[in-house]
Amino acid sequence: MRDIPGLPSRRGFLKASAATAAIAGIAVPAKAEQKPEPVALTEYQPDCLKPSEWVFVMAAVARLIPSDGDGPGAIETRVPVFIDKQLAGDYGKASDWYMVGPYEPAASPLRGWQTPLAPLEIYQQAIPLFDEWCKTTHGKIFAELDAETQDKALTSLQKDEMKIKPELREFFGILLANTKEGYFSDPMYGGNHGMAAWKYIGFPGARGSYKEWVGKHNVKYPLGPVSISGERG
Amino acid sequence: MARTEKKKDVVLVGFGWTGAIMGIELANEGLEVLALERGHDQATVPDFQYPNMIDELKYGIRYGMMEKPANTTVTIRRSLDEEALPYRSLGTFLLGTGVGGAGTHWNGLNWRPMQSEYRLKSYVTEKFGADVMTEDMTIQDYPMTYEELEPHFDRFEKVAGISGTAGNINGKIVEGGNPFEAPRSDEYPMPAMPSTWDGVKFRDAAKAAGYHPFPSPGGIASKDYKNEYNMQMGPCNHCGFCERYGCYNYSKSSPQTAIIDALKRKKNFEYRVNSEVLRVEKAADGKTVTGVTYFDHKTGEEVFQPADLVILTAFALNNVHLMLVSGIGQPYDPNTNEGVVGRNYAYQITGGYTLFFKDENFNPFIGTGANGFCIDDFGIDNIDFAKEGFVGGAYWRAGQTNGQPGHTMPLPAGTPSWGAGWKKGIGEWYGHAMNIGAHGSVMSYRGHYLDLDPTYKDRHGRPMLRMTYNWHPNEIRQTQFMKQKMEPVAKSMNPTTLQEGFKKEGAMFDVRPYQTTHNTGGTVTGDDPKTSVLNRYLQSWDCHNLFVMGANTFPQNTQYNPTGMVGGLAYWAVNAIRKDYLPNPRPLV
Repeated sequence: MRDIPGLPSRRGFLKASAATAAIAGIAVPAKAEQKPEPVALTEYQPDCLKPSEWVFVMAAVARLIPSDGDGPGAIETRVPVFIDKQLAGDYGKASDWYMVGPYEPAASPLRGWQTPLAPLEIYQQAIPLFDEWCKTTHGKIFAELDAETQDKALTSLQKDEMKIKPELREFFGILLANTKEGYFSDPMYGGNHGMAAWKYIGFPGARGSYKEWVGKHNVKYPLGPVSISGERG
Repeated sequence: MARTEKKKDVVLVGFGWTGAIMGIELANEGLEVLALERGHDQATVPDFQYPNMIDELKYGIRYGMMEKPANTTVTIRRSLDEEALPYRSLGTFLLGTGVGGAGTHWNGLNWRPMQSEYRLKSYVTEKFGADVMTEDMTIQDYPMTYEELEPHFDRFEKVAGISGTAGNINGKIVEGGNPFEAPRSDEYPMPAMPSTWDGVKFRDAAKAAGYHPFPSPGGIASKDYKNEYNMQMGPCNHCGFCERYGCYNYSKSSPQTAIIDALKRKKNFEYRVNSEVLRVEKAADGKTVTGVTYFDHKTGEEVFQPADLVILTAFALNNVHLMLVSGIGQPYDPNTNEGVVGRNYAYQITGGYTLFFKDENFNPFIGTGANGFCIDDFGIDNIDFAKEGFVGGAYWRAGQTNGQPGHTMPLPAGTPSWGAGWKKGIGEWYGHAMNIGAHGSVMSYRGHYLDLDPTYKDRHGRPMLRMTYNWHPNEIRQTQFMKQKMEPVAKSMNPTTLQEGFKKEGAMFDVRPYQTTHNTGGTVTGDDPKTSVLNRYLQSWDCHNLFVMGANTFPQNTQYNPTGMVGGLAYWAVNAIRKDYLPNPRPLV
């Protein structure tokens, strides 16, 4: 583990702060090997998304967090993998949420999630409708449009210019939220590959120990991130 | 009824802060005490341990420590004529579950209300005239005085392990603390925590403006500490994962850190998890309770647990729900303004400025839930309500709590929400922003209350709790006043750019963004059974062997985070139970 010159190491700090016996049991992540490169996105076998949905998600997140300019894009950080895995799990099924009727999907948006559909169902139903709308409006399904037209189409979706039915109203909101979640979450969830998003903004991830740095005012923290599984960046 | 368990002296419903306090204090009296907790068991090790706990997706975004709405939730409407809809996924408030309850996932900010707040209605009437209250305002005095509560605040602060700088010890103003605080009998048990750069910048700007900054008081250990139960805390390392997380470092005050491990060693104390109380059972004459019926999630059966003394120690909303479904006390009716259970529900109003400094580094991931500096110059004691046209106040604070980028990413207004512009924005502004917040009181009103929903049921077939709440013009005036006072302070700090986030006239309650989990009222304490559910010892007016703890006892919400008051009231009530009730069980008033 890399240490800050002139300051106690993290391991040393933990030892020093072990005011209770049990704290010594806190695991310090083992020196981690960098993981082997995962399967290419083009060869990835989704857990729940069908091929047409995967194509859409790949194309959409590439515009929501594009690869050009400073910082990594959603594709390099493998956000589509994150989204597929989240939708295949409890989140996609809304397992934690109260999903019992009667439902009022057309209620004011301020009243929160009121559709009977879970996030995965929203992706499944909204993607073909949006692709159809793109075809009618712009001549091709979303993934086949050029980048500029894709941005226009996403803006229309965000502003609900296609007047999507109220049950699917949350679609753009969750697509964007899930994209950012995949960009910023710990890499163990499939996105933020190589902790690239954390490195870009300067978030040290799971370091979780800054006692020496509290009083260093207006000085940029120098260390790169670590992940929960012990990757170092 | 599948099963009846052996009778206990005391049954506690919920095993968070107040359950732990009642548990240890009554077990120390030699009573057989049982705590029933609807959620799972959890302890610092293994449940909160590093590094698995500091997982933003699991806990910060998917709310892994919270009660799943699938299991328990409420319905919400903004007015009497709106249809209430279920709070299906979490947003504006986050209700904890499991051993330790909300005391595990809080930020740790710990306060005592200001002196006027204990007798608010009298204070307002005497000082400014009853006309300053809106016609629908139903605020009232606490039935006990600050002086009576003071030893119990002191005790809770010493048990919980609060760090801070006293500003008023026995009437003597102490430099560096909050000069407006109610006089305390002693120092905080630990010195204040050091602050990050944002808090220091605010401190200096507030001082330059003539205000009185002091370090935020909080349940975050600034040094090693041992409390009266021999429970130990270790100094905080500012990891930046307090709110929504359990503390892996034994540094944040929690029932686990302060009480539970000591309590578990007592042979006359037992707790059962996955045991969800469905109702309190009344005796045939309705004057006492006989115990509780709970659902045992392990065996899938209903269980009757007899007890001589029942204490509701669940979260505020759940305590009110239990009173309503158990038929104890008359439910409140806003049309007639009669009845008491569910009356005077209140919340908290927050607003603030976000300041962006292109060339300064805040390292926002270095933080604690109670970081930074506060001022109380606009606290409830310090405002001329007649002049300003509202009743209430707020404390201000600047102190970063976390830099978790998935849910804490302030960007200047006008930054696109996606695309190249968003990506550029996060690169430019992450780590270069700070916030000053105003944390404001909310009064109680005739139209804001809790009752049983006519349509939606929980998984046990009980009617859900229905909340009727919206932002009231009185609070909008209060928060706009704070904006007007905060703007020059924020501008004096010369940020590259800044933006405000205060509610405006006509703002409707929005359940989506997180606001605060300070839900108060519904079974308030008072001296009149016509306007309160509990007497001054938090004892039910209806059934004398039933006591109810929690922020649900507040007649209106204070301007502060509620835990300090909840803890102080619990020690006050248990003192009365030990010294006065147990020797001679009866209505204490």
